[in-house]
Amino acid sequence: MDDKSGVINLEYEVIRYDFSKAGQASSEIKKVLKQLGINSNIVRKVAIATYEAEMNIAIHSLGGRIIVTITESNINISALDYGPGIENIKLAMEEGFSTAPNNIRELGFGAGMGLPNMKRCSDVFEICSKKNKGTKVDMKISLN
Amino acid sequence: MSKYFHSLVLDEEKCNGCTNCLRRCPIEAIRVKNKKAIIIKNRCIDCGECIRVCPYHAQKSITDDLNMLKNFEYNIAIPSMSLYGQFSIDTDMEKVFQAIKDLGFDYVFDEARAADIITEVLKDMVKDIKLPRPIISSLCPAIVRLIQVRFPSLIDNIARVESPMEISARVARKELMENYNLSFEKTGVFYLTPCPAKVTSIRRPIGIKESHLNGAISIDSLYGNIVTNAKKAKVTKAFTRGSTEGIGWARVGGQSYAIGVENYIAVDGIENVINVLEEIELGKLSNLNFFEGLACTGGCVGGPLNVENPFIAKSRIRKLSKNKTKSKDITKEYVKGLYEQGFIGWTEKIYTKDIMILDKNMQRAMEKIERIKYIAKMLPGLDCGSCGSPTCTSLAEDIVRGYGKIDDCVLRMRENLNKDN
Ligand SMILES: Nc1ncnc2c1ncn2[C@@H]1O[C@H](COP(=O)(O)OP(=O)(O)OP(=O)(O)O)[C@@H](O)[C@H]1O
Ligand code: SF4
Ligand SMILES: [Mg+2]
Repeated sequence: MDDKSGVINLEYEVIRYDFSKAGQASSEIKKVLKQLGINSNIVRKVAIATYEAEMNIAIHSLGGRIIVTITESNINISALDYGPGIENIKLAMEEGFSTAPNNIRELGFGAGMGLPNMKRCSDVFEICSKKNKGTKVDMKISLN
Repeated sequence: MSKYFHSLVLDEEKCNGCTNCLRRCPIEAIRVKNKKAIIIKNRCIDCGECIRVCPYHAQKSITDDLNMLKNFEYNIAIPSMSLYGQFSIDTDMEKVFQAIKDLGFDYVFDEARAADIITEVLKDMVKDIKLPRPIISSLCPAIVRLIQVRFPSLIDNIARVESPMEISARVARKELMENYNLSFEKTGVFYLTPCPAKVTSIRRPIGIKESHLNGAISIDSLYGNIVTNAKKAKVTKAFTRGSTEGIGWARVGGQSYAIGVENYIAVDGIENVINVLEEIELGKLSNLNFFEGLACTGGCVGGPLNVENPFIAKSRIRKLSKNKTKSKDITKEYVKGLYEQGFIGWTEKIYTKDIMILDKNMQRAMEKIERIKYIAKMLPGLDCGSCGSPTCTSLAEDIVRGYGKIDDCVLRMRENLNKDN
């Protein structure tokens, strides 16, 4: 696209089991998008996608990062972590599938809706994972 | 009239710039400049938090007084249902209503009756599967305005019905006009209000073109007179009053109880409401049927213009709602009739209020965000409020918006001075 146009990069570290900080990326991104005057329904989609990605890293992985890139035409959200990876992606993408243990479910997570919701909220959704390596989710939400 | 009206205003003489209100404002609408608080008008939602925390009573609410009654031939009083919580449980409320009438009104209409009317409408709404979930109560205007400014993606979840105050005004005026053959202009309708949010709703209504109320008088300004009048009050004709469920609307959870909805959340206190709205916006509560969010602690009994302690008032309302009286005149057919006459539903679209946007041009807005990030890094990050902005980030934003300068930061100034020496 137009390479003269500006880009905003935001990056957040997500620490395993740190529920006090989890959700921070999504609320900060929400604020930035509102400052840019982005339509509230798009803001909501980005917030949901980022929040679910953050939570999955905090709950299911050893830790990772959320990187958000905003351009004039779209928003890219990358969520990557350092393992343990997802064994069966097809299964993980199914609504209702969850490996969350009981103590996590008691906190209100583990409905198995995170990944399906992330997919629903984004225009382009890609997930790749390697056992014992890590998982990477890329989401693109178009602004037009 | 100016573009903005707010019932909430600052008494400059009393304000000493202490920054208490600065931190408590839930939408960062207050700044302190030259030792005086300033309310940013297009942000304020009239929730009244600043009135509650100001130790100098410098934040206040503009309301009307009884002199306004002179402008009309017949006057109607609509006491807020929170009034029920302002008197001890064994008080004869008939005498209280008579005491209000004796202040110079010709007719007193119990707001709890309108709550009964809306209860019927909401009972149908919570069964309507076509409506987005959760349905959000529109009772508290501060919350409706909060959604406009902070949660615009939830606007379609708000129940499109008028408040009990507004419906009371319409029904009361209609009853009076019919019974006494009066014209619209000759009748004045006044709300005895527990909060500034309702006052603003009269002057700047949401969801309807024009309010049917002519003014609002704060409960605390009339309380003394009502108590005095009640001692000698002679009830000549019994008042038609709302059901105990209607009265129950005055406390948080009362609406949900009256509707009989399962799977609801009722939350009081604006910060708590914000937290739940965040969860709703993230889609985490999509199974929820009804959300009752009220800005004040305890619900409307906690309105800043009441006199009684909110917890005591709330407990009284709870006791009153135990007796279970029904209102006989408010039937399903009657409510349906009112709905069809346009007495209940909203007619106007609710708009997003973009208070955060930095620039209409996205490119320029992006540049401003970069500058905010840059400036924020130079600030100490203590959020001390001495600069007059609620947080360091908001000072950075204010600077970029042109309302502040980096030297407003006292700590930075001090550091620079030390360097020079
Ligand atoms: N980053 C990740 N690393 C390892 N496993 C993951 C990761 N993200 C998801 N998973 C696996 O995929 C499953 C489904 O994820 P999804 O987000 O859909 O549901 P959930 O997190 O279990 O529950 P919910 O998101 O509804 O709270 C998880 O239970 C987990 O087994
Ligand atoms: S909770 Fe009731 S009293 Fe408080 S601001 Fe809202 S409507 Fe007014
Ligand atoms: Mg998940």
